[in-house]
Amino acid sequence: MNTSKNNSSLLLDIKNISIEGYSDEAWHPIIKGVDLQIKRGEVLGLIGESGAGKSTLGLAAMGFVRAGCRFTEGSISFEGTDLTKLSEKDKQKLWGTKFSYVAQSAAAAFNPAHRLLNQTIESSLSHNLDRKEKLQKDAVQLYKEMQLPNPEEIGDRYPHQVSGGQLQRTMTAMAMTSKPDLIIFDEPTTALDVTTQVNVLATIRSIVKEHQTAAIYITHDLAVVAQMADRIQVLRYGETIEVAETNRMLDSPKQEYTKSLWAVRSIQKKEQEREGTILKIENVDASYGSGPMVLRNINIDVPTGRTVAIVGESGSGKSTTARAITGLLPPTKGKVLFQGRKLPAKLSERSKEDLRRIQMVYQSPDTSMNPRHTVRDIVGRPLRFYHGIVGNMYTEKVIELLKMIELDESFIDRLPEELSGGQKQRICIARALAAEPDLIICDEVTSALDQIVQEGILKLLLRLQHELKISYIFITHDIATVKAIADEVVVMHQGLVVEQGLKKDIFSPPHPDYTKLLLSSVPEMDPKWLTRILKSEQKI
Amino acid sequence: MHPITTTLIKRIGLGIVSLFFVTLIIFSSVNLLPGDFVESVLGQTRTEETVKVFRAELGLDKPYHVRYVNWLTSALQGDLGSTFSGRNASYANQPQQSTARTVSSLLQPRLFNTFFLAAMTAVIAIPLSLILGITAALYRNSFYDRTVNASALTAISMPEFFVAYVLIIFLASINQFFPSLSNVTSSTPLLERIYLSILPALTLTLVTVAHMMRMTRASIINLLASPYIEMARLKGMSRTKVIIKHALPNAWAPIANIIAFNLAYLIVGVVVVEVVFVYPGIGQLMVDSVIKRDIPVVQGCALVFAVTYILLNLIADVISIVTNPRLLYPK
Repeated sequence: MNTSKNNSSLLLDIKNISIEGYSDEAWHPIIKGVDLQIKRGEVLGLIGESGAGKSTLGLAAMGFVRAGCRFTEGSISFEGTDLTKLSEKDKQKLWGTKFSYVAQSAAAAFNPAHRLLNQTIESSLSHNLDRKEKLQKDAVQLYKEMQLPNPEEIGDRYPHQVSGGQLQRTMTAMAMTSKPDLIIFDEPTTALDVTTQVNVLATIRSIVKEHQTAAIYITHDLAVVAQMADRIQVLRYGETIEVAETNRMLDSPKQEYTKSLWAVRSIQKKEQEREGTILKIENVDASYGSGPMVLRNINIDVPTGRTVAIVGESGSGKSTTARAITGLLPPTKGKVLFQGRKLPAKLSERSKEDLRRIQMVYQSPDTSMNPRHTVRDIVGRPLRFYHGIVGNMYTEKVIELLKMIELDESFIDRLPEELSGGQKQRICIARALAAEPDLIICDEVTSALDQIVQEGILKLLLRLQHELKISYIFITHDIATVKAIADEVVVMHQGLVVEQGLKKDIFSPPHPDYTKLLLSSVPEMDPKWLTRILKSEQKI
Repeated sequence: MHPITTTLIKRIGLGIVSLFFVTLIIFSSVNLLPGDFVESVLGQTRTEETVKVFRAELGLDKPYHVRYVNWLTSALQGDLGSTFSGRNASYANQPQQSTARTVSSLLQPRLFNTFFLAAMTAVIAIPLSLILGITAALYRNSFYDRTVNASALTAISMPEFFVAYVLIIFLASINQFFPSLSNVTSSTPLLERIYLSILPALTLTLVTVAHMMRMTRASIINLLASPYIEMARLKGMSRTKVIIKHALPNAWAPIANIIAFNLAYLIVGVVVVEVVFVYPGIGQLMVDSVIKRDIPVVQGCALVFAVTYILLNLIADVISIVTNPRLLYPK
């Protein structure tokens, strides 16, 4: 009786918390009066787009604010003490003992200079929770529970010596060592491939359940949160939009914004049969320097005026294929045919016309635009370079391109830092269009964007294709994006093409083994999806 | 073979190659110096014949490339040749009676003095700048941080001889704590040697601490924005532990580089300080030899400087490797 009462008691009670951040010589609100409650042993999903304040709120639950931020109002009461009123020293006693944090990128959050085991037990050791030998033994036990390979030895390794998925599991083990009351998971699987994500999700879920630990699970991925959380809280612009039990939230979201989040994955393009081939990759091998082969005997056909999506995990050779097509990485074997004509392998040997007809758009618009150039310079440079347009025509043409990407002429003198993420990516698309290409290679162009912004970019790309008859090579690891935009699909794995075909053929059985694994690993909205997948795996 | 061994071998190989180029540069630039030793020693009364004989004895009658090869091969065997100026023109006709000293015998005591002063300075300056740098990073933007930064910058902005004279005024003249002359000899006992060398060592400390301290501070602060630093804080580590245990181990490479750079400076660039304190170091020797056009000694000094630079940079490279587990323990 006592335990059950204890289990349902309130662990953390955040009331009307407000946080401000300092930038551009002024304080700006980040969190505007949010309430949040967690019971013992409960998992709360915190969901929202980037900039919604999820991470800030998650850290605030530990009483932590990042440098340049401050609490302005409200209280965070943990077992009766208000964390906002504690000194740094007192909070340090709670951090790493009662609270643990699991960061988004495990590769960056582990110190490269120390061995994993030392980092795992560091907080418990320095808080004198137990003797070193005992803590090491416990850590190995946790490694076992997290299903890490060689749990006895993996702790002697340095972070760079293990894979991303293993690091993420090690970090969860690290968070568990002090047997904390509350763990904050800040997008713990966002940086992982889908096939790796499944296992990490499963281990996190089982260990949290087994140890009866309360958790805040922060993510932007609805399907993921549906698997993990008992309750979901939706945030936007630093305010709570809606809170409800997971099942109820998924079945009947009340607020418009929540519904729009749910509806994003709805674009479905009907694939069209091909009417000719614009680009042909024949038996291409490629490697970086004298390193191992990154591409092995690649054959891909790109249909004219259609979209071919190249899907695969990181390291499968998707981006390398793009580099081989553009000539940035000359293939060691094989050839690239553009409209039936062989393209010179090296970039420097291609004519201006060859260059003009294939353009690229990159994943990160932040790093692919010169931060000191205005939109006019960025979009205008290909106009001058390929078409020799100057003078009045130049500005007119830039404005025309801006209209094509649904931005008005007021943007023409802005710098990249004055644009939002989605607007930046649109400018990158306009820059590619300025060359009037026949083929655009889009390398993970929507991966860094929020769901709703992604939808806008995908619709824009579809419209442009319809109007201008451009062909796309669309490189992505996200199956939902593929469904939204592709006519044909190429599945790549470890530098090999697994299969190529029309979207409907690829997505319907029978599948080669790898495609099957890839497709089944994509999280679904159904809260029972993870359980179902794990069961079916056990059967195999 | 362990990758660190291959890297080391590569670096040492590169060091040898650069040393070879340095010898070329040293030889050609020293021989391009204006003035001729023989003519200046023999003076107005020289006859063509004596000049010729004297040249032949010094080996100056041979073409440049032959002299270079001779110098290089004997240097490789540890023989840096004989000084010009130890000879006397009257011996020109009886070379077998030459009293010329070898360059090595001239260099050795000077080199020892220079290394001694450099080591003494390093023992004071390196721990001092590390401690100042780490504490400045720990209490960054505080009054302490600003004071340390400002005083270090002031010290480095003043010319070395000025710093030296200021120290002499305060520590040797007004308060007679230390001697203002550091004329050590090879027979000076160790404690006395230390006592005599304190003022030059302090001067050199003042002019080198700023670099090392600011680099230490900057490399640590650079890392403080890393996610693993935030992680360490969220694990409840104290500020001191975060800096010492999590930031510093990743900051060694740039710090080691700047320390190596300053150590090299302590050996090759301290002639001004040596002159002020009349300290018999290698810098003075080199300047004197240039004035006397004593080519073998100048070449010998330059070679020692080059080897020092290359060795210290090699050590800095090794430190960057062994403090980086990514290089030390490959996948």
